[in-house]
Amino acid sequence: MNIVVLVKQVPDSGSERKMDPADNTVARAAADNVVNEIDEYAIEEALVVKEAQGGEVTVLTVGPDSATDAIRKALSMGADKAVHVSDEAIKGSDAVQISAVLAAALGQLEFDLVICGAEATDSQMSVMPALLAERLGLPQLSGARKLTVDGGVAKIERQTDGGYWAVEAPLPAIVSTWDTINEPRYPSFKGIMAAKKKPVETKTLADLGLDASTVGLANATTQVVDFAGRPPKGEGVKVTDEGDGAQKFVDFLAGQKIV
Amino acid sequence: MAEVLVLAELNPAGGGVRKTTLEALTAARALGEPSAVVIAAPGTAAGIKDALAEYGAATVYVAEAPEVDEFLVAPKAEVLAQLVQEKSPTAVVIPSSPEGKEIAARLAIKIGSGFLTDVTEIAADGTATQVAFAGSVIVHSKVTAGTPIYTLRGNSVTPEPAAGAGAEQAVSVSVSDAAKGAKVTDRVVEQKSSRPELTEASIVVSGGRGVASAENFSIIEGLADSLGAAVGASRAAVDSGFYPHTFQVGQTGKTVSPNLYVAVGISGAIQHRAGMQTSKTIVAINKDPEAPIFELADFGVIGDLNTVVPAATEQINARK
Repeated sequence: MNIVVLVKQVPDSGSERKMDPADNTVARAAADNVVNEIDEYAIEEALVVKEAQGGEVTVLTVGPDSATDAIRKALSMGADKAVHVSDEAIKGSDAVQISAVLAAALGQLEFDLVICGAEATDSQMSVMPALLAERLGLPQLSGARKLTVDGGVAKIERQTDGGYWAVEAPLPAIVSTWDTINEPRYPSFKGIMAAKKKPVETKTLADLGLDASTVGLANATTQVVDFAGRPPKGEGVKVTDEGDGAQKFVDFLAGQKIV
Repeated sequence: MAEVLVLAELNPAGGGVRKTTLEALTAARALGEPSAVVIAAPGTAAGIKDALAEYGAATVYVAEAPEVDEFLVAPKAEVLAQLVQEKSPTAVVIPSSPEGKEIAARLAIKIGSGFLTDVTEIAADGTATQVAFAGSVIVHSKVTAGTPIYTLRGNSVTPEPAAGAGAEQAVSVSVSDAAKGAKVTDRVVEQKSSRPELTEASIVVSGGRGVASAENFSIIEGLADSLGAAVGASRAAVDSGFYPHTFQVGQTGKTVSPNLYVAVGISGAIQHRAGMQTSKTIVAINKDPEAPIFELADFGVIGDLNTVVPAATEQINARK
């Protein structure tokens, strides 16, 4: 069972994130960059499947040189090797373009499953499995809270409002996971040391057979026109409950014509 | 007048279209004349056609076939792409559910377009508004390739009726084998609730770690029911096992934008703010006067939720 896990490095959602006014893209260079949180669940799920069924877990990421940190994290958790697509021309690409790059990279790998996180905390689009499934002509098993792989068939529970859909597909398939699916392991000291020796192959657009004119901000299918900080909220009213807190709360609601 | 295709989103529990569809029809009118597209199991369109017309659908395209529901996402994208190719609309607007965003993504690849997800507003020139980074940044974006595709975030636009002709037009459906990869074998509802759906509700009452136990969430539910609200929970409350994950509001849960959001016993970590910051009015009840949630609150009560919330619930019920 060979599995490719897609990992994205994102600005830490717990620290201040900014847009770059020079080109209206996410300011990544100066950000506190981490592995996209939900991707850790995807890595864990890949390791669980591999431990049960054998095979190899390959990490695939598209990102600048600094994304090596995200790769090392995944390798230290237990992934076997990595492919890092890095090319200056990719900067500023949108989801449609990145999906073309990932699809080309996947085309050079052998896999039974592709697993990724269901959402990145920076763009919050939740569309990469659908984009890749469409490009590669593979089944899409997205939004999983549970995954089982048996006899060449992958089955998921797709998390929905108030329940789930049972969805199944023959392998190879593309799976995305929510943070309800497992509890990711922490890298062990041994894992961290071992990760330093695991192979990381760096690929450029040329290595993938892609033309630079198909990627990058100038050729994107969407463009950010402008951005601004949310206007600060006016100072709210704050009361301390001295037995009348509930009354004041209800009065406020009445003033808003809510009750 | 330019035609804008609007994909109808159906209420999963049955009983017509979701409010998000009416919102999408309303938003689409900024760009042209909306036509609704119903891609669903046979017999669906008849029950929703009038509602679609009432909110401005000039045409209702009816693509009904069992296969479109038997397989995940891909068949709907295929039918929609076929319709875009036939009708050359000026834009496509889709309600921003998980499925809606995935249909938009697949459609974008099929027709060579760009797409924007979770837009909160669409201007006449096609520029869309989005909120980024936990609601702290407001972004204006444009699709620069192909027919623009937008997914519209729920509760961002107020649905406004505008009579449309609602002329029914049947669309023949043939789903390719390629779109039959992921088969939906069951749809399971685990939590039946008489409360409104979280992302659709006009009022949401959420509880956090301060609620302190699963049993104590009944006071959150009590306040919610007095207001006809949906119940939400912070990640801390969900991780502590107080309330099911389905109801989590925040970065890795639902994003809500109700008229009123009441945060009870929630400190207001960025992870939570990401999911509720765009709510129109925010009320916070917390015993810690320094809790960051108060920075967002239009009205805050510093006090013990165990006394304030039940007392408020009683007063609201007494007013009815």
